[in-house]
Amino acid sequence: MAIRLVSFALLIAAWYAGAQFAGDARVLPGPWAVALMMADEARSGTLAFNLGATLSRVAIAFALAMLIGSAIGWAMGRYRTADRFGDPWLIVLLNLPALVIIVLAYIWAGLTETAAIIAVALNKLPIAAVTVREGARALDRGLDDMAQVFRMNALTRMRHVVLPQLAPYLAAAARSGLSLVWKIVLIVELLGRPNGVGFEIGTAFQLFDVTKILTYALAFTAVMLVIETFLVQPVERHVARWRPKAA
Amino acid sequence: MRRLEVDVRHKSFAAASGGRLDVIGSLAFSLGNGEVGALVGPSGCGKTTLLRIIAGLDRDYDGSVTLPDHGRLGVVFQEPRLLPWRTLEQNVRLAAPDASDEALTALFRALGLDAHRQLFPGELSLGLARRAALARAFAVEPELLLLDEPFVSLDDTLAMRLRDELAELVTRRPVTTLLVTHNVDEAIGLADRLFFLSASPARVIAEVPVARPREKRTAEELAALRAEIARKLGQA
Repeated sequence: MAIRLVSFALLIAAWYAGAQFAGDARVLPGPWAVALMMADEARSGTLAFNLGATLSRVAIAFALAMLIGSAIGWAMGRYRTADRFGDPWLIVLLNLPALVIIVLAYIWAGLTETAAIIAVALNKLPIAAVTVREGARALDRGLDDMAQVFRMNALTRMRHVVLPQLAPYLAAAARSGLSLVWKIVLIVELLGRPNGVGFEIGTAFQLFDVTKILTYALAFTAVMLVIETFLVQPVERHVARWRPKAA
Repeated sequence: MRRLEVDVRHKSFAAASGGRLDVIGSLAFSLGNGEVGALVGPSGCGKTTLLRIIAGLDRDYDGSVTLPDHGRLGVVFQEPRLLPWRTLEQNVRLAAPDASDEALTALFRALGLDAHRQLFPGELSLGLARRAALARAFAVEPELLLLDEPFVSLDDTLAMRLRDELAELVTRRPVTTLLVTHNVDEAIGLADRLFFLSASPARVIAEVPVARPREKRTAEELAALRAEIARKLGQA
């Protein structure tokens, strides 16, 4: 914990030094200026409103992509026919640039919330599928046989035999997914939404308002840090409680 | 009450180099209800394959297998095959959701697992993990108990103690049991009926009934039995 704090303080110090060196608050404002603007935006309520809008888009798109992507990945890892059928689709989706998916979604479905969320989910989905597919390929056949001879029902097998084996892969997909999803949500907001962190950064860009850009970026990073510390890590610890502790 | 009838006419695997590899030739035997049978044969003769066929895990063979009654199975694999992310007790309960608390407590006590119920398999020694696998197989109150070299890679003293515990459990609650082993002494110590298998492709080359009740076997009787086995195998 102490090492983390020192590392964090060093980052702020480097930022402060950089701002002093640049000498122009329009190019790189110091930490204090950004903190003041953050307090201002928080007081007027716009910060909470925009963070909330972005966060709900992140949550919905993330949940959709993880749920559908994991199911597809599991099926592809488990059944060879599904793998052969789905593989070309995955390769196309994986290699389609995020921007293309977003622009096409807006053209086909209009500048709507649905289009925005589908575009984000489609960007994340193939990565979740590919990660979980590796996990499904590595499932232990011995445990499968065990579950079969003891006649465990489908629900018990899923919950107690399959999902714990997939847990590390699901965690990896969730980790990388969360950071990817919020970056793409910002682009989606910049291109076609009337609110959210991405929208605010877009207007700040037109005014060359670096302070505002940093304010929103840092505020949202802080939110994600809180989610990581108080949601992702405790869940990971609970899931890994049976593993012998590392020294 | 149906008995265990095994009649495998042929079983082969696709070899990596192409062609088929014969594992089991013509192999038939049956086991009365409550009887303990032992399949004894050299390593690699297809014993585990045969057990997988009987357990219903491999259906790609010529022949037929009839299981006793409803065919409720208790299986102890060569490795304990416990779920590492569930405690010992959860492992047993997941396999036997209908087992009563009293029955489980008695079972854990009989196998010396009482103090270890809340431990994860990674925290158990191999001996304890094997006991846990035995507990799981008994907890389902099976109509057929299949044991695949359940004491392999344990030291002799521990293997013997576990063998005695198993013998006691089977005596207390008779269950049709099929034990697979390459160890003749282990088979004699537990079984009512021994089936000796040839090298692959496996077939039964000798069947030796062991008449006396398990717990009353003396050293002389065992020696006589071993001599008889040697004679029968010599003829085959």
